[in-house]
Amino acid sequence: MAHIQVEEGVPGIRSLVLFRPETGKPLYELAQVLLRGESPLPAADRELIAAYVSYRNNCIFCCNSHAAAARCLYGNDKQQVDDVLNNMQQAGITDKLKALLHIAGKVQVLGKEVMPADIAAARDLGASDREIHDTVLIAAAFCMFNRYVDGLASFTPTDPAIYAAMGERMKNGYQLPTNNK
Amino acid sequence: MAYIDLQNDLPGIRGPMAFRPETAKPLNELAEILLHQQHDSLSCGEREMIGAYVSSLNDCFFCQNVHGAMAGHYFECDASLIDSIKHDYQSAPISDKLKALLAIAGSVQKGGQYVTPRQVEHAKKMDATDRDIHDTVLIAAAFCMFNRYVDGLNTWAPQDPQVYADRAAMRAADGYANLNAFK
Repeated sequence: MAHIQVEEGVPGIRSLVLFRPETGKPLYELAQVLLRGESPLPAADRELIAAYVSYRNNCIFCCNSHAAAARCLYGNDKQQVDDVLNNMQQAGITDKLKALLHIAGKVQVLGKEVMPADIAAARDLGASDREIHDTVLIAAAFCMFNRYVDGLASFTPTDPAIYAAMGERMKNGYQLPTNNK
Repeated sequence: MAYIDLQNDLPGIRGPMAFRPETAKPLNELAEILLHQQHDSLSCGEREMIGAYVSSLNDCFFCQNVHGAMAGHYFECDASLIDSIKHDYQSAPISDKLKALLAIAGSVQKGGQYVTPRQVEHAKKMDATDRDIHDTVLIAAAFCMFNRYVDGLNTWAPQDPQVYADRAAMRAADGYANLNAFK
C-alpha cells in the first residue's frame, strides 16, 4: 500500500499526479519534451535510456513501462530492449548508443561519476553536444521519477499485459491523466 | 569547464537551462511549485532546506549553496545554522516534524525503496500531512535530478559563499517560474 492516501488500484506515477496535479503538470511536460520533443536522439533510444536507468534504480514500474514503450517504438528491433537490460555491452546496438548508455549509467550513480573520458568516448563515436545533454538529463530525470514512484510506495502491477498496454499508450506521448479517464 | 559547449558561461544549472530552454521550462515550473508557491503546512525555508540537505548528500556544491542560502534567507539565520542542519540535523534546533521529513528525504536520496513505513508513521505522528510527505519525497527526488544534471555535465560553480547569499533575496522575491537564466 502507498505511504499516502492515493486512489486504490491506480498504478505508479499516475496515482501520484492524481493526488497532486499541480506538480504532475510540469512532470508530464518534462517527460513529453525529453522523450518525445525534438531531439537528435530517436524516441526509441530515449525510452531505452529511461528503461535502463530505471532498471539500475530497481524501479520495476518505470523500468517495465518504459521498456514496453521502447519495444513499441523499435518495432521489429524490439528484442534489443531486453538485450540491453540483460547485458548492455553485449547488445546488438550501435557503439554510440552504448557510449550514451554508459554515461547514463554513470549519472544513475551520481553526477560526479561522469568522467571526461566517458564524454570523449561518446564524442569519438559521433555523439553531439545535444545528444550528450539529452542523455544526461533523461538519466537524471529518471533518478527523480524512480524515487518519486518508489519513495511513496505507489502501486506496481505485476501482470506483463498491463505494461504492454501502457507501452502502446505511452508511444503516443505523455499527457497528464485526469480523474475522469 | 562544462563537458559540452553550452554557448554561455553561466554557472551551475543556469548554463544548461539557457542551452536548452524547452526542458528548462518544466524544470523551473516544478521548482516554483515545490519550493516557492504558498504551501499549507511547509514553509519555503523548510522546503529549501530539504533541497539543500539532499544536495549536500549528493555532494553537489552549486545546488547545496544556492538552496542553503535560500533556506538561510527565509530562516533569517546565518550560514552556520544551515551547515549544522546539513551535517547533523538531529541535533539542530529545528522542529521534530522537519527532522522526520529530513529523515525521509535522506532515504529518498539513497533510493525510493529506502523509505520505510516506520519513517512515514513517525512523520505523521509529528503532524506531517500526506501532502507534506508527498512534497518531501518529490523535493528530495527532484534534487536527485537537479544535482545530477548540474554535476553530470560538469558545470562550474562560484566558490565564494557570499555570491549565493547575495542572490537569495532576489530569487525569493522573483521565484522560479519565469526564471531568466541570464539574470
